[in-house]
Amino acid sequence: MAEIELRHIEKHFGPVHVIKDVNLTVKDKEFVVFLGPSGCGKTTTLRAIAGLEEIDSGDILLDGKPIQGLRAADRDIAFVFQNYALYPHFTVFENLAFPLRAVGTAKDVVDRTVRSVGKSLGILHLLNARPSALSGGDMQRVAIGRALVRRPKALLLDEPIGSLDAKLRETMRIELKRLHYENGSTSIYVTHDQVEAMSLADRIVVMNDGVLQQVGTPTEVYLYPANLFVAQFIGSPVMNIAATKVSEADGNARIALDDASFDLPRELLGMLEQKQAAPDLSLGVRPEGVIVSRDDKPGYRPAEAHIIQPFGGFDIVDLKFGEKTLRARTSSGYVDKPGATVFARIDPAQAHFFDTRSGASLGIRLGN
Amino acid sequence: MAVVSSRGQRIGNLLAIAAVIVVTFIMLAPIYWIVSTSFKPRNLATTNPPTILFEPEVSPFVKLFTKRVQLKPKEVVDYENAPWFERLVFDGGERITRSGKGEIQLSGYPDRFINSLIVAITSTLLAVSMGTITAYGFSRFKVKGEADLLFFVLSTRMLPPIVVAIPMFLMYRAAGLNDSHLGLIILYTAFNVSFAVWLMKGFIDEIPKEYEEAALVDGYTRIQAFFKIVLPEAATGIAATAVFCFITAWNEYAFALIMTNRRAQTAPPFIPSQIGSGLPDWTVIAAGTFLFLLPVAIFTFLLRNHLLRGMSFGAIRK
Repeated sequence: MAEIELRHIEKHFGPVHVIKDVNLTVKDKEFVVFLGPSGCGKTTTLRAIAGLEEIDSGDILLDGKPIQGLRAADRDIAFVFQNYALYPHFTVFENLAFPLRAVGTAKDVVDRTVRSVGKSLGILHLLNARPSALSGGDMQRVAIGRALVRRPKALLLDEPIGSLDAKLRETMRIELKRLHYENGSTSIYVTHDQVEAMSLADRIVVMNDGVLQQVGTPTEVYLYPANLFVAQFIGSPVMNIAATKVSEADGNARIALDDASFDLPRELLGMLEQKQAAPDLSLGVRPEGVIVSRDDKPGYRPAEAHIIQPFGGFDIVDLKFGEKTLRARTSSGYVDKPGATVFARIDPAQAHFFDTRSGASLGIRLGN
Repeated sequence: MAVVSSRGQRIGNLLAIAAVIVVTFIMLAPIYWIVSTSFKPRNLATTNPPTILFEPEVSPFVKLFTKRVQLKPKEVVDYENAPWFERLVFDGGERITRSGKGEIQLSGYPDRFINSLIVAITSTLLAVSMGTITAYGFSRFKVKGEADLLFFVLSTRMLPPIVVAIPMFLMYRAAGLNDSHLGLIILYTAFNVSFAVWLMKGFIDEIPKEYEEAALVDGYTRIQAFFKIVLPEAATGIAATAVFCFITAWNEYAFALIMTNRRAQTAPPFIPSQIGSGLPDWTVIAAGTFLFLLPVAIFTFLLRNHLLRGMSFGAIRK
């Protein structure tokens, strides 16, 4: 049982305000991922929870008790560093035993615990090796083993697989997920890689400029981004964003993007009115929300195919509506070559509307 | 790696090897000179041309450690019952002086040598430990005016030390530190500590702070993390710093000459002082110099692995 609660956390580095009034509750056994660009304050927040960084004000609670005044050693929180920080003058066994020896654990218990952790991580055969002799993946396993060995209340991971190559990252991601299922320790994981975040997290916390942008399950954050930042940070290729004007035409809501215009259901007009939307609107639509057809159908607009990026399972095609480009996702080879004329519409269920000035989502969901 | 080396490359390699041999020879010649002279009979020490081949003997070392007087003409000595080393002295036309109780009287050298060891080892330990802790503080914590303080520390090395010799001498006399081990230890520690701070700061800066942070979250206090993690990681730097501090303290001549005369005198001012007394016996001076070389050579040899090992051999990915 370990619940972490952050209340009004503030932190400055000199003149730089790195954490701005962060409030968050991480539930027991939850796996939460802090996601954001570098310098957004996610690592600083994590280090503050671990006790490696002091906060200016606010409360950090572990199981309801404030811990911001405690030393790192007394918080019972483990930390996995991006560069692993394995003690180079110790063997793997000694590295794993180090946290146990801190609290004066009996020798036979140390031995037994280290072996059981080593076994669950598949590093038993490496116990006598020095860290410098290990591969990146094994170093990372040892680092996680060292964090888990004394069964901490919470596990904090700072981009733990960021320095591995792509293939190994995928393997380790799955291994991390398995470990979390088996151990169920409350975990906070920092990354700037949205794929890691989506695949690992129970909930994702998107941060930017020291501010929490959105907290939600991976699906929520992907399908219902709270603002323009989240919309553009999550998803690859990135969501199409365009300034737009909405008017009534032919009994539909017509959205104009420079030269192009698309018709969406009439109910949009009422929703915009109800939300008292500002006149400066931005439309967001992911590439899979741009529906492409080779044939002209009602509601479809003609476009010229420009750059085509094949991804194997699908293609990403840049469609030019006059000067305006929208990126669409099609099945492989659907658009045969650049320059071809195709027809496209916007899927109302996948259209997002944002207040351009504040960036906030208007929360409008059409269809379904 | 070159798999096939051309003729030109081979000639180049041979030339390089030849150059290394010549340089090595030039570098080692003075050392050979001192070592060989310390095993020569006295009459061969100053021959011209120099004697290269000779039967080595240890009489210079016997003479180095004992007080002797010239045999008077027609003086009779008990050659048969004398110990082997005394016979060597008799062969040189001298005898070892003895106290009233008949004990052999030692020369000033052994005491000076021990003084050198006491002063150099103690001041090295002090300078390195103080330097390491100070460097750790500068490296890991935000220190107000860090740059100025570090410059101040370094600036103590900018003045040639001998400039302050006379005021130091007066202060030492007033404080009763003249001709004392403590006086020299303080002096050499003060010399070396600034150097140790700068050298150790470089080494400790190289140790990623994540090691200590890992120890902190693993349940250790900062001081425990310092001893269990930082010190072992800094071993290479500590070894290098210790060698430099030891050499400086061991070789220091000017202050030792001014500040000490008998009780705490170290070997450097003592050895040349022997040249001035009477007709110099170069073999004895060479023997004293040779023994004086050994501690630094041994110390450096013992620490060679630490000195050679690269700094970052660990498990941090950069």
